[in-house]
Amino acid sequence: MTTITSIAPAASTGKTNSKTGRAPRRQRLLRWLFVAPALTYMGLFFGYPLVNNILISFQHYTPKTYFTGEAPFNGLDNWRAVFANDLFGDALWHTLLFTVGSLLGQFTIGLALAVFFSRRFRLSGMVRAVLLLPWLVPMVVSAVVWRRILDQEHGMLNTVLHAIGLAPADGVPWLSSPSVALLSAVLVNIWVGIPFNMVILYGGLQEIPRDVYEAASLDGSGPWRTFRSITLPMLRPVITVVLVLGFMSTVKILDLILALTSGGPADSTQTLGTVTYQLSFLQLDFGQGAVVGNVLILISALFAVLYLRANRADFGKGK
Amino acid sequence: MPSVGGRVRAGIARAGGKRVPALAATLACATAALGLTGCAAEPDPGTVTVLNSATDTAEHTANQRFFDRCAKPLGIKVEQISVPADQIASKTLRMASSDSLTDILELDGSELPQFAQTEGLRPLKEAGVDTSGFSASATSLGSYDGVQYGVARSVNSLALIYNTKLLEDAGIDPPRTWAELREAAKKLTEGDTYGMAFSASPNADGVYQFLPFFWSAGGDEAKLDNGKGEAALQLWKDLLADGSASRSVVNWNQQDVNDQFVAGRAAMMINGPWQVPVLSAQKNVDWAVAKIPVPEAGKDAVPPIGGTVMAVPKNEDRAREKRAGDLLNCLNSEQNQLQWGESVNNVPTRASAAQAYAEQNPKLAPFAELVTTARSRTAKVGTGWPIVGDALAGAFQSVLTGRTSPEQAMDRAQQQASAGK
Repeated sequence: MTTITSIAPAASTGKTNSKTGRAPRRQRLLRWLFVAPALTYMGLFFGYPLVNNILISFQHYTPKTYFTGEAPFNGLDNWRAVFANDLFGDALWHTLLFTVGSLLGQFTIGLALAVFFSRRFRLSGMVRAVLLLPWLVPMVVSAVVWRRILDQEHGMLNTVLHAIGLAPADGVPWLSSPSVALLSAVLVNIWVGIPFNMVILYGGLQEIPRDVYEAASLDGSGPWRTFRSITLPMLRPVITVVLVLGFMSTVKILDLILALTSGGPADSTQTLGTVTYQLSFLQLDFGQGAVVGNVLILISALFAVLYLRANRADFGKGK
Repeated sequence: MPSVGGRVRAGIARAGGKRVPALAATLACATAALGLTGCAAEPDPGTVTVLNSATDTAEHTANQRFFDRCAKPLGIKVEQISVPADQIASKTLRMASSDSLTDILELDGSELPQFAQTEGLRPLKEAGVDTSGFSASATSLGSYDGVQYGVARSVNSLALIYNTKLLEDAGIDPPRTWAELREAAKKLTEGDTYGMAFSASPNADGVYQFLPFFWSAGGDEAKLDNGKGEAALQLWKDLLADGSASRSVVNWNQQDVNDQFVAGRAAMMINGPWQVPVLSAQKNVDWAVAKIPVPEAGKDAVPPIGGTVMAVPKNEDRAREKRAGDLLNCLNSEQNQLQWGESVNNVPTRASAAQAYAEQNPKLAPFAELVTTARSRTAKVGTGWPIVGDALAGAFQSVLTGRTSPEQAMDRAQQQASAGK
């Protein structure tokens, strides 16, 4: 706002505005002009697909549609079919477990590492750089490597666990048992997500003024008390960002699971993401695929709203 | 991804000098493709375009060699647009919606019905393609509702590939029945080596591998709970329960199965002829091919037939369809089919060419024979195949992981298949 007024010379101060009369309109126009690129972009790349996706979920949308352009509306048929499908309920539940599990793991480990590296010591920078590696590896590549590590018979993890007496002789069926596979997927995703959490939280920690800690130590506060009463509260805005962004990227997970288990064994790792993929691109039923997609969008939107509200509260308090 | 086509076209433009507009058009297309509409380039009347999945350089070059060989006498040029196999369907749909389909589409046989149903494909007879003299299974692979829309230059199937040394050492002949298979697999399981390996992954790979057992037992994809398919589930379950196959089969795709075999961790495996180049390139394991074992001696194995079919999309300019038809006729001459089959290790689809292929490649003869009894996945259920395939995958995955009994699994699979329709 302030930038706009300063750029528009005729409207440099509030007083001149009220006198000239033509200026406010021009100012308003200018404001819109500045917002226009962002609005066009949002409309084109978010609004259009979003509206289209909602429409498609009420249409009989098949390969034929692409050839003839015809997509008859079929009311709630797609929604009914998706909700009647057992797989949808399972996938919803798996998505919840996967997301909560991943976020908990990523966040706690990421935070612990961030706190650890926020003290200065030798080689800290180098170790931090190495810890960033999982972030740089493409998701599909990590999944393929992890598939080998988690192999029941020849995987490294079982070999190591067995050597130190933590696994039975025939190994833990990481990816071949329906009751373990989802946990394995969560573990891999935690590994993938730690660097992101660590980097953002580390940045947040650097923002906290040193003298607050000094004051705390003068008052005789121990490390745990300092962490609880100073670090956590001052880190709160950053924590919100990390959790919300983490949530959004985890809830729609697809590539990791496809490469790791293809949703198996026995559908135990199917999530909303893989079900959308399966319906749309394997069964080519785009209407039903769009329904699941919309459910995903709805869940994400809910969290986006929560995030915005939390942020507004922060600004209100801070300024 | 239009990159390959783009690269080829850009190359022509640079070499030709005069054809710089073509480069500009390609660039414009690429930019437009980023948007929502895609791009309908002005088609060159002398060029036949083909959409296929030959993204591998060797495959792309081999394809182009056969295309050029046929194109020259016809006075045309052939241009390939290659995208990864799993993107063919979505690429086709995008091209269809922007009215820029290629003159020839190379689709997976199991996807053909869904595209034939759109009425966007020209029946091959109308495009002037000679469809006589092909094996019945190949014809059925390219047909929908009794009309042939696609022609396969070559097809593949599955067979039992075994480690000759391990079987010799154990004094075992390649098993021909299920009972022999179970027994042999048990005997061959030793130390780090399992007797048997197959793919039971919850996707197309696993389903393809399940079919020869399912069909040979009398299973019916249109009526999954007819009481026959359970035997196949039971066999797979037994192999795991005996310890003759790894419990990881529920994650293995066909590539993984081959890796296990090559590493000497499996004495026998179910796999297809597309693994032959890999198998021939390695030195540690001697291998041979046998037919897939059947439930009882004297019965015929019923393996699935797989491969790609070439189809001609409807075009306002019928002359283009005709040129595409001429090209297909040449590609499917007996001699071209035979040479193509040999270059990709698949079986030619003209009965006469298949016979010559078996004679010239005795090691792969079982594949050539299998193709005559092989069955198309979509012959009975047509566009319903993706749902039926999914239901079957659910069935063997839940049985192999001990979640349900074979009977329950098949009942549930039938429910899923009929609910999805």
